[in-house]
Amino acid sequence: MGENDDTVNYASLRTRAIESLLVEKGILASDAVDRVVSTYEEDIGPLNGARVVARAWSDGEYKTRLLENATGAIAELGISGMQGENMVALENTSAVHNVVVCTLCSCYPWPVLGLPPYWYKSPEYRARVVVEPRAVLEELGLELDDSQELRVWDSSAEIRYMVLPERPTGTDDLSEEELTELVTRDSMIGVARAGTS
Amino acid sequence: MARAHDIGGLKGLGRVEMEQDEPVFHSEWERRVFGITMATLGKGLFNVEQFRSGVEEIPIVPYMESSYYERWIATLERNLIRAGVVSEDEIDARTTELSHRPETEVGRREEPEFCEMLLGAIHGGMSPERELDAPKGFEIGDRVVAAGTEVLTHTRLPRYVRGKTGVVVRLDKAFVFPESNAAGEGENPEWCYCVRFEAEDVWGPNAENASPVYVDVWESYLVAA
Repeated sequence: MGENDDTVNYASLRTRAIESLLVEKGILASDAVDRVVSTYEEDIGPLNGARVVARAWSDGEYKTRLLENATGAIAELGISGMQGENMVALENTSAVHNVVVCTLCSCYPWPVLGLPPYWYKSPEYRARVVVEPRAVLEELGLELDDSQELRVWDSSAEIRYMVLPERPTGTDDLSEEELTELVTRDSMIGVARAGTS
Repeated sequence: MARAHDIGGLKGLGRVEMEQDEPVFHSEWERRVFGITMATLGKGLFNVEQFRSGVEEIPIVPYMESSYYERWIATLERNLIRAGVVSEDEIDARTTELSHRPETEVGRREEPEFCEMLLGAIHGGMSPERELDAPKGFEIGDRVVAAGTEVLTHTRLPRYVRGKTGVVVRLDKAFVFPESNAAGEGENPEWCYCVRFEAEDVWGPNAENASPVYVDVWESYLVAA
């Protein structure tokens, strides 16, 4: 614990050192730092993506537009922004399951999913999911049928991917808003099914 | 092994551990590192490729031992020093000072106009798409090899597909070329493509259940197969 505390303490001190120097030099805007942080803590998160998925489940024409031009379809719901300028949506079906990774760093569709969770950025996930994706998904609690083709998408350039998960069975009577609650962040990365926590 | 970040395909790493109800940030300093990075990027002190490149310059052992935002501190420092706005000695001295007087408050200054501009970019986006007159070099269905030699400078071609053959499955726009932008040599946009690589072609005959990998690449990473 001691070493870990020291490491964290060092990171904290180093960060404060950088921030105080940049403020004194007239380079850093403290209000910008505050607003950026609160935007990603409070305003931009996976609920945005869930709205996109629920709309696609409820409206076949919207789904077609989403799969043809995801950036435009997402913008129809008023959702856009940094790290989501060039979106592609990948449809999961009984025949094909898609999963997304960024092996080189942590590229992720911020406007629809918010900032990525730690496991998505971890060397373990980034290294392994391209070469042993079924094993990784099983560890994360998702077993696929052997007949399903598993496609791994490495966000290595400027496209940001979101997965359109399969609509759970027995949800025909649910409203779009109720469907939204079934859509988890992990189901839009492709490491879980919708309707499971 | 090239650089620590280029790890796609390594199998020896442990289980992927998920944290239940994970917060967006795990501590106040993570919040500040993220915010300072976005604000200094927004000021144009460095670009995204230079920021990524700074992470990739961390040697393998410290890279693996660092947390995600500790790597951000490392590249933030490198980039601020390169931009000439602060020196390593200044940061070292200030860190020591703060360790002796931990109660010292960090000063504040506000720039409402810049703040609005930055928030506008966050909500509106800043696409790396660029106009390009040159015709596309490849079409959907073309068989291509991810070429190029191993480099120790910034590249977005993962080493696990180097020398491997795949098929172009999607034509993307022209985007800023990461290699030259990281080197401060301009944007030099190129067409981008999505290439599907069959598992056997990348990992060999023992590939797990034939799961193809789709990799997005700039045109100069490819040659016709």
